[in-house]
Amino acid sequence: MTEAPSYLSPTGQEIVFLLLGAVAVGSALLVVTTKQLVHAALWLVVCFGALAGGYLVLTAEFVAWVQVLIYVGAIVALLLFGLMLTRAPIGRTADLDSRNRPAAAVVAVATAVVLVTVVIDGFRTAYAPLEPGGGSAKELGSSIFRNWVLPFEALSVLLLAALIGAIVLSRTDIRGRD
Amino acid sequence: MHVVYPAVVSALLFSIGVYGVLARRNTILVLMSVELMLNAVNLNLVAFDVWLRDRLHSGQVLTLFVIVIAAAEVGLGLAIILALYRNRQTVDLDRLRDLAEPTGTDGGTARDPAQDPAQDPVRGPLQGPATAGSSDARTDPGQAVSESAARSGETS
Repeated sequence: MTEAPSYLSPTGQEIVFLLLGAVAVGSALLVVTTKQLVHAALWLVVCFGALAGGYLVLTAEFVAWVQVLIYVGAIVALLLFGLMLTRAPIGRTADLDSRNRPAAAVVAVATAVVLVTVVIDGFRTAYAPLEPGGGSAKELGSSIFRNWVLPFEALSVLLLAALIGAIVLSRTDIRGRD
Repeated sequence: MHVVYPAVVSALLFSIGVYGVLARRNTILVLMSVELMLNAVNLNLVAFDVWLRDRLHSGQVLTLFVIVIAAAEVGLGLAIILALYRNRQTVDLDRLRDLAEPTGTDGGTARDPAQDPAQDPVRGPLQGPATAGSSDARTDPGQAVSESAARSGETS
């Protein structure tokens, strides 16, 4: 949109974002390579926290707090409960990776190369000046309840259906009609 | 902020998620990798919303919607995994081969017969949890493994 400054003189925001991005990518790599199941969930916390910091740098403060509340708070706790209820082994586990690991690595590297080249090629000159206030709760709230009311309500019904479905699936004394 | 930076970070996160989904064996780790991919999409949505300065804030609102859908997905996915664990005593994706093509050479190449408790075709996927599943869930996994192995030995 606006004229892009040089890549050789990064601003403080860009440096902070790049550091947070490095933390997020590094902890995501640890999530998919660690040998201990519980550590994978804890590295996921680090990854989501770094991403929330990235949202803050990008001036999306409400999204950042929602990320902390729902991802770090709820989803990781749910995953830890899942690990506990399926009696995940504590400590190092040898066979966490399946046999198609080399193929998976090839596919992932190919995906990364394609996506990064396309993205760099396409958005080399794009520059977004950061102005605070665009992602505050007031702005987002008025946007949701003015323009996005119908998807919001549909989503609440979806969430209700998913929760009831989860309860029905996980209780054993509710039987189907035989 | 150059738009390239968040875009590259999210591309890398997405491909790490792809690797996790393909390479991991534990179902819950696969769910975690799916979460990584969803987060990559969220980062893209936020970055492009900031870049394009959308008046409707579609990027950030869609990010909130994606977070809600991810919460619903994790809840349902974990419920399915728990039901699976109740019936099979394993969440190992490589051992859940009931829907695989029944080929003659399958046992030799695609699975490891020495440590494969879910090999028996007797225990179908629709076995009710009240009959054998709930009793199996309270025994320890090793006993359930030997029990199922004995059961497959009886029928063959």
